[in-house]
Amino acid sequence: MMRRSPFLPLICIAGFVFLYAPIVSLVVFSFNESKLVTVWGGFSTKWYGALFRDPQILGAAWVSLQVAAIAATVAVILGTLAAYVLMRFGRFRSRALLTGMVTAPLVMPEVITGLSLLLLFVAMEQIFGWPAGRGMTTIIIAHTTFAMAYVAVVVQSRLTGMDQSVEEAAMDLGARPVRVFFDITLPIISPALVAGWLLAFTLSLDDLVVASFVTGPGASTLPMVIFSKVRMGVSPDINALATIIIAIVGLGVGLAMWVMVRGRNRDKAVQRTE
Amino acid sequence: MTSQVAATLQKPWLDQAENPFVRIHRVTKKFGDFIAVHDVSIDIYKGELFCLLGGSGCGKSTLLRMLAGFEEPSGGRIEIDGQDMAGFAPYDRPTNMMFQSYALFPHMSVERNVAYGLLREGVSRAEARDRTAEMLKMVQLERFAGRKPHQLSGGQRQRVALARSLVKRPKLLLLDEPLGALDKKLREETQFELIRIQESLGVTFIIVTHDQEEAMTLASRIGVMNDGEIVQVGEPVEIYEYPKSRFVADFVGSVNILEGRVTEDEANFIRLGCPDIGAEIHVGHGFSCTLNQTLWYAIRPEKIRLTRERPEGRHNNAKGVVEEVAYLGNLSIYRVRLDSGRVIRATKANLSRHEDGAITWDDPVWVSWDDTAGVVLSA
Ligand SMILES: Nc1ncnc2c1ncn2[C@@H]1O[C@H](COP(=O)(O)OP(=O)(O)OP(=O)(O)O)[C@@H](O)[C@H]1O
Ligand SMILES: [Mg+2]
Repeated sequence: MMRRSPFLPLICIAGFVFLYAPIVSLVVFSFNESKLVTVWGGFSTKWYGALFRDPQILGAAWVSLQVAAIAATVAVILGTLAAYVLMRFGRFRSRALLTGMVTAPLVMPEVITGLSLLLLFVAMEQIFGWPAGRGMTTIIIAHTTFAMAYVAVVVQSRLTGMDQSVEEAAMDLGARPVRVFFDITLPIISPALVAGWLLAFTLSLDDLVVASFVTGPGASTLPMVIFSKVRMGVSPDINALATIIIAIVGLGVGLAMWVMVRGRNRDKAVQRTE
Repeated sequence: MTSQVAATLQKPWLDQAENPFVRIHRVTKKFGDFIAVHDVSIDIYKGELFCLLGGSGCGKSTLLRMLAGFEEPSGGRIEIDGQDMAGFAPYDRPTNMMFQSYALFPHMSVERNVAYGLLREGVSRAEARDRTAEMLKMVQLERFAGRKPHQLSGGQRQRVALARSLVKRPKLLLLDEPLGALDKKLREETQFELIRIQESLGVTFIIVTHDQEEAMTLASRIGVMNDGEIVQVGEPVEIYEYPKSRFVADFVGSVNILEGRVTEDEANFIRLGCPDIGAEIHVGHGFSCTLNQTLWYAIRPEKIRLTRERPEGRHNNAKGVVEEVAYLGNLSIYRVRLDSGRVIRATKANLSRHEDGAITWDDPVWVSWDDTAGVVLSA
């Protein structure tokens, strides 16, 4: 047996402490009785109560949820179509280029995404008169564009893993391509769609930078409200809010992973064992 | 005269006037630089059960996929029922295919898998249910109708795939290794069932297999493939008894191939000098060849006699020692090492349960054969 250095587990633990200590302290202090953020005054959930009586935060949460839900849904539809066309329409020219371009927004700095979208919206308003002013609509459009890239990547990997002869079999039995897509492909890749939607939803919920660029008066998302409040000093109710967001995001990502893994395992079981 | 008509009815490929149902004409398929199928021409007639036989990777599935419409031939033409299939999508062809990978719909139950094709055809739900049930009964899967594919064993999945392709009763059925995962008994039953379907419905089958025994039992004719080419097409007996090349002789059944040079070339016999066995081979029919030409003599193990005494005549026999005996129940296989060092395989039917003085290990024996027992091959 290979002897492992005793330092390895230590380094590993140190790494995880470094990653999660801030989050843990935030969660712990959200249950702090004291108004002073850094002084422990006993356990209490009063800050959560305060949160639900704050109209500004409730309003922002509502905006955020709406934006995330709509953006994720549209992103799933567009991202799936993009991935399907890229994967199934044979090797047309510029396919490699397009595949690369779909994933580019993943590595694009958010500031640039936000700025370019803002410029686009301003130009569009001048030329077409739409979108009139900036607000929730523009945030939704902006979130859709970058979330779509994530969805496309998730769906693409699922399509690659899928046995294509299943689609051929459906065609052989008399189904035309559109029918094959809805009867066969869509149900088989549905775990990827669910995972993509959850991913897009949490990304949208998280986003501060892009939303700040393209928003207008009256439409503040939750991260924007938190950011502006924190600039006036950290208050314990923000800790509570952050804890809730962490819980939602963690749940979303975890669920997405679970759905993906389950779908893949079922696939493996069906492949021919020779 | 009448018997000849009957014979051509049974064997339409003998009738010059008969139109083939499937015409594969000089079809080639390239993947980039790689030639998977090369210049293949086969005519297949209505109601035939045609077996494509060949080793792994020789292009059988690719040929089938071109017939089903999943691959476009790089060259040549495919006609089904007199119609050129170029440009026809799979869903517009009168064919159904069973995939080597089964390709079952993982999210549908066994029953819905089988019924899918019928519903696409516009068959009513009630009729689809009946026909599906009938088909599932045939493949002995009634009890599993509600299961999903991932809850089935390999052989059960194979039967679902088979049922799904049969249920539409297409004019042409393409089966890619349909029985590979079944046990012997079920395989024989299903083979029988396939023949029954073919006879009762008049469906034309093209079946891919690399099991030569299966091809022999099922096929009206066999097409042997090697490296993307068709090397011989013929009835099972023809392929087995009159192979045209060493590849076919060797691929279908087991065979001893002896190399020799022509020492005598007469109108009604030829002789081959064969240093391999240290004797001459006398072939009881003429063969177009020249003196000193190298030829091969292929002889099946069951056509070789084993005796303790020296047989009469100077030809077609050799002395050796039994090196190994394998008892297979119905017959025994002997490996005899000749004095020349060459090993010859011979089989012997086990006629009685116990034989006194039966030939066994290390016995000195003579091998011999009739002058019509083997085939002369020039390739
Ligand atoms: N899409 C493809 N691209 C490139 N090469 C291919 C493709 N499909 C098949 N081939 C090659 O063509 C050759 C023939 O393949 P094919 O699947 O027809 O073999 P097969 O006779 O069915 O073999 P097996 O008995 O193992 O199923 C193989 O060498 C294979 O690697
Ligand atoms: Mg194959």
